[in-house]
Formats: sequence, C-alpha cells, structure tokens
Amino acid sequence: MTLQNRSRLFVFIFSFLVWLALTSIRDLEEVVAGLLVAALVSAIAGKFLITSEKSEHIIKRIFSAIKYLFKFLWEMVKANLHVAYIVINPYLPINPGIVKIKTKLTKDSALTVLTNSITLTPGTLTVDINPEKKEIYIHWIDVLSKDVEKNTKSIGGKFEKLLTEVFE
Amino acid sequence: MIREHIGMVFILLGIMFDFFGVLGLVRLPDVYNRLQAATKCVTFGSAGILLGVFIKQGFNNFGFKALLGIAFIFLTSPVAAHAIARAAHRSGIPLTKETIVDQYQEDNELKD
Amino acid sequence: MRLLRWFIGLLIIAAFLYGDFFIYQGIILYKLINVILFCAFFILYRVLRGPTAADRIVALDILGILIIGMLALLGLVYDQSFFMDIGLIWVLLSFIASLAFAKILEGRYLDD
Repeated sequence: MTLQNRSRLFVFIFSFLVWLALTSIRDLEEVVAGLLVAALVSAIAGKFLITSEKSEHIIKRIFSAIKYLFKFLWEMVKANLHVAYIVINPYLPINPGIVKIKTKLTKDSALTVLTNSITLTPGTLTVDINPEKKEIYIHWIDVLSKDVEKNTKSIGGKFEKLLTEVFE
Repeated sequence: MIREHIGMVFILLGIMFDFFGVLGLVRLPDVYNRLQAATKCVTFGSAGILLGVFIKQGFNNFGFKALLGIAFIFLTSPVAAHAIARAAHRSGIPLTKETIVDQYQEDNELKD
Repeated sequence: MRLLRWFIGLLIIAAFLYGDFFIYQGIILYKLINVILFCAFFILYRVLRGPTAADRIVALDILGILIIGMLALLGLVYDQSFFMDIGLIWVLLSFIASLAFAKILEGRYLDD
C-alpha cells in the first residue's frame, strides 16, 4: 500500500468516527450517509495528512507530545492572568515593541505549532516569519531587552526543546 | 450532581475571561495590543465555556460538538491573528507612540 | 483625570451587570447570556468607532469566537444540540472571512 492510500484510509476511518460521535445513531440511514460523506472527504482531501514515512520512537514521541500539551496549557493560564492584570490596571502598564528571535526547527508542521504557541502565551504575538533565515518577528507587549540571543532563549526556548523531541 | 457544579465553575471562569478580553479590545491603544488581549482572552474564555458545557452534558452528541468546537477555535484563532497582524503592518498602520523598538521595520528597510 | 475616567467606566459596567436590561427570568444561565450580550455591545462599539480598518477586522474576528460560547449556553438553556451546529459553522465562516479581509488589506487579490 502506498503512502497516499494509507493516508486516505486513515482519514476515512477518522472522519467516520467523528460522524458517529456527532450524530446520535438511531437507524441505518445515518450510518450509510456517514459512510458516503467520509468516502467523499477522503477522496478529495485525504492525501495531505500523512506525508512522511518515518514512524520510529512513536511511543516516546506521543509521550513528549502529552508533556508539551500540559506545559502549553499552564503557559496559557499564565498569559490570561497577565492580560487581565494589564486591562484592569487604570494606568495601562504597557511597553510594546516588535522584536526578532531565531529558531532551529526545520519542518513546516513544527514551525506552525511553535508560532501558534507563541501567539497564545504571555505577552507575545507572531507577526511574520522568514523561512530562509529562520527568523520570527514577534510583537511583545512588555519589552524587556532588545538583544536577539537573549530573546530567543526567553521566548522560544521553553517550547523548542520539547518540539524537537516531538517532531524530529 | 457534582458534575453540574464543576461545569458551572468552568462556565463562570470562561465568561470572566471573555469579559476581560473585550475590555482590552476597548481600552488598549493600537491594533497590535488589541489583537493580543482579544485573541488570548476570548479564545481561552470560549474554550472554558465549551469545556463546561461538555462536562455538564457528558458523552452524548452535544458534548462531542462542544469538544469539536474547542479544537476548532484553538486551531483557527492564532492563525487569523497572525494574518491580521501581518497585513496591518504591511499596509502601514502605525504603532502607538509608546512603542520602544520595531526591528521588523528596520529589516524591511534594509531589504528594499 | 485618568483614574476618574476609569472609575466612571467601572460604575457604568457595574450598573449594567446589576440591572436586568435584556432577558431575565430567574435562572442563572439567562443572567450569564446577558453578560455575553453586553460584551457583544463593546465589540460593536469597536466596529463602529475603530480608527483604522484593521481594528474593525479584529473586532469582527473576535465576535465570531464570542458567539460560539453564547450559542453553547443557549443550547444548554433549551436543551437542544442544533445550536452547536450553528456555532461551528459561524466560527468556520468568520475564520475564512478574516483571512480574506486580511488579504485585501495587504493589497493582494483573492486569486493571488
């Protein structure tokens, strides 16, 4: 079985399970309709899910993905408390600016997860990314330093190590 | 019965963070700061409301729809925020007066 | 001066949350829906007032995420799960609309 067909089969099973979860099953017609819809989805958009052959260390990677999820949720709670503190304060203690950090990740999916996590963590928002030079521009609501190396360690460093374990 | 109360706590927390996010949208001075406050707080707040609904409803189709909604807003809202911030900076909307550094502008001027 | 303005705003918000301006029939969930409607009025203020176009786009993007929380609560009140379908479709369409608005703001066409 080629890679594309394996990806299509995986998408078919996954979307059929989602359909079964969304409709409370009462009769056979809903199951047949779900099969048709899942076949349509996997025929049109099925080949984009799995793109690489590699599957070693799968248990270790899933483990570090779960660890990453918990770290991300904790950072997100801290981010919301920070924004609430800024908004309630009558003097608006902001000190904004756009800074630049470097990254070592190479894959597209890893970069997407990294930039989305940066957007949802305290005080930072991804503005643009330069894929050739591996640089990310970040709007920071409370700029502490203008040095590139120091900002790389303090903004991206806490996610980059775990993401390297998950994706590569 | 205890499940109802836990769900209610999550819903109350979510509505509180929604309110803070919208307050930030009104009070902060320029587009980028507003985008920060609004995206973070409103995403977290709506996810909290949906999680509370899921805990109150359990594993029926309503609960699964709420879980799907959580996955949806966590995936889409940072992407939309990133696109709006980049478009605003490229179309020349100025940053607020209190800004102290803009390394994106410096690098773009070097490129041109 | 700034403190005085902040205090007046706080009083107005407290008055709004204390009184029953929209719908209220004695259940706490109706009260919570009132709070979300109040947040939606803040967002409409930003849409109407916003000094640049990017502010309006941000506000519309946030409105979509707020609405899914409100529809989940409405579904909880009436015990119907089709409200969540409306919410999911609303979030998807508002995400696509903000991406398209951002592209137009940047000066590119849609078939670029």
